[in-house]
Amino acid sequence: MSEDELLEEVTSSEYKYGFTTNIDADTIPVGINEDVIRLISLKKNEPEWMTEWRLDAYRKWTKMTEPDWAHVSYEKPDFQKISYYSAPKQKKQYESIEDVDPELLDTFKKLGISLEEQKRLTGVAVDVVVDSVSVATSFKKKLGELGIIFCSFGEAIQEHPELVKKYIGTVVPKQDNFYAALNSAVFTDGSFCYIPKGVKCPMELSTYFRINQAGTGQFERTLVVADKGSYVSYLEGCTAPQRDENQLHAAVVELVALDDAEIKYSTVQNWYPGDKNGKGGVFNFVTKRGLCEKNAKISWTQVETGSAVTWKYPSCILKGENSIGEFYSVAVTNNYQQADTGTKMIHLGKNTKSTIISKGICAGKSEGSYRGLVRIMPRAENARNFSQCDSLLMGDKCGSHTFPYIEIKNKTAKVEHEATTSKIGEDQIFYCNQRGIGTEEAIALIVNGYCKDVLNQLPMEFAVEAQKLLAISLEGSVG
Amino acid sequence: MLNIKDLKVSIEGKSILKGINLEVKPGEVHAIMGPNGSGKSTLSSVIAGREEYEVEDGSINFNNEDLLSLDPEERAHRGIFLSFQYPIEIPGVSVTNFIKTAINESRKAQGLDAMPASKMLKKMREKMRLLEMDQNFLSRSLNEGFSGGEKKRNEIFQMAMLEPKLAILDETDSGLDIDALRIVANGVNKLRTPENATIVITHYQRLLDYIVPDFVHVLYNGKIVKSGGKDLALELEDKGYDWVKKEADNLV
Repeated sequence: MSEDELLEEVTSSEYKYGFTTNIDADTIPVGINEDVIRLISLKKNEPEWMTEWRLDAYRKWTKMTEPDWAHVSYEKPDFQKISYYSAPKQKKQYESIEDVDPELLDTFKKLGISLEEQKRLTGVAVDVVVDSVSVATSFKKKLGELGIIFCSFGEAIQEHPELVKKYIGTVVPKQDNFYAALNSAVFTDGSFCYIPKGVKCPMELSTYFRINQAGTGQFERTLVVADKGSYVSYLEGCTAPQRDENQLHAAVVELVALDDAEIKYSTVQNWYPGDKNGKGGVFNFVTKRGLCEKNAKISWTQVETGSAVTWKYPSCILKGENSIGEFYSVAVTNNYQQADTGTKMIHLGKNTKSTIISKGICAGKSEGSYRGLVRIMPRAENARNFSQCDSLLMGDKCGSHTFPYIEIKNKTAKVEHEATTSKIGEDQIFYCNQRGIGTEEAIALIVNGYCKDVLNQLPMEFAVEAQKLLAISLEGSVG
Repeated sequence: MLNIKDLKVSIEGKSILKGINLEVKPGEVHAIMGPNGSGKSTLSSVIAGREEYEVEDGSINFNNEDLLSLDPEERAHRGIFLSFQYPIEIPGVSVTNFIKTAINESRKAQGLDAMPASKMLKKMREKMRLLEMDQNFLSRSLNEGFSGGEKKRNEIFQMAMLEPKLAILDETDSGLDIDALRIVANGVNKLRTPENATIVITHYQRLLDYIVPDFVHVLYNGKIVKSGGKDLALELEDKGYDWVKKEADNLV
């Protein structure tokens, strides 16, 4: 198979999740101003401190400008043309999955996510976010017995205001960046999780996000607090239906790991990347950051295959002594997708350690960039970092870039950086073909091998899904 | 089984094979020898289905099927196996995973279910013993960091697992020390049946001491210029290729 044919093949894959669910939705008119923010807060029946917090964020946002330092180019969204709130009208709370709108369940089936099956087979508690309101929460009772809180952000504001108030904005301040400020002003829902002292969460906590209304931006907010000595593994999986106009997604995720706590946060993101000609697709501008206190550990694992434009840097602030930050990433771009992603490891405390493993895969006419910052502050004695950034190119029309920033203000630091760039060769494909493995399967095999170090970090059931997604986003239908 | 008729092949406009005729029957071992650049590896690549070669004329039939109309993986499914001269590395893909995928893809093509894991493992163990391979081999990334000898042994291991009808061993002896050569050759011999056939492509006679051919062909300048029994290999070892070259050149 020639390079050109191979290229044609991988660029001809179609988005398999392009369908919409017809559920009555409650959408407010487009545009943003203080009244809209008050209306969102009112619709969500929020206390006044929350309304004021949002308004403060909004006022800060109006004074900010959209960042343009990332290696991406796109038409900037018109923020007055976006509707900032969309909730399915059916507002019932569900005790069991069977009560959920059958059409919605059908949507999940198309995605290959059977909630019932998940419940039965994997013991995963799933808090499903369709558009902006959580419609199903399971396993809550079981988690409740351990004192674990896992609910929608809206519910947390109502039921646990003291926890929300204490931690919201402590890791990602309102004015942190343009999109974080926008999110702080207009976020409609998301997930909240609190693990009490010394509790090891016995199951993976999982949320499936999904953008559903045409023209509705999604502003999710997630806050995970792991109290002293606790442990939680949190999974976030995303798919969005096919749309022609660009959809804006600007989420904020804050993780707080108190002394001796550990948080594993895994993401599989498969939003609509736009069609073969670069039309449509999701804009994904996300701020994800975790704070580690003494002896704490935060591990980010992400498999990014979707979105037209991605701008995302899950980061760790290693504040406490001996704290550990990890970042494992696979980012795939195809067709006209653009991704600028990486991490920031900020070493503040003594003996802090960080590891960065980034695997980029570029195909079609896409642009993939790794952008990472390792900053060792003056008081971070004996800090250590290891970074490995690999790129895999398919064809000769894509671009892969690495922007590593290293700032060291303490002489005892040890920082290592390794980078490689390789291509899937015709020789590799032919070798597989000769053993009876077709080209599609061969590409999946080679790509999965290349990503193994990252995929190994994912919980088992998620790793299987991620492998499938990698295959879907890179394979074309043969001949 | 394999029937090659007047095969003419070029790459980027340069003629490499200039009319090859070869017939291989079940149970036979054919050795193809010849000096560097004579087209030996091109022949094996074309049989396996490498696409950068242009077949200008002629035909290759395999069990009465036109091989040239099939994709490389389809040829593999029909039972053609090529032991590569330079096996390629596939980082992160374990030997086990690779073989499992290869076997199950072939089974799928034949309408069979995937081989049960326990059966697969048993077969792997058995074939590894045959080739005196270490267990930890299975979990290593395919060919990554393998020595030359390990790569070749891994090729024959895959051949043992896939049980092809026609195996083409392209310079399998290169990079092997004498002990490894003996083990690999013993493996190949034990895998011989009256139903399958082997084509051994080699530069030297050495391998043919262990894998004894029924026929020896000398490829020179894109043509088979001489065929004979196993004695021909010894004669070549003794006298070199020059006399065959002269004979061939005189004919032109």
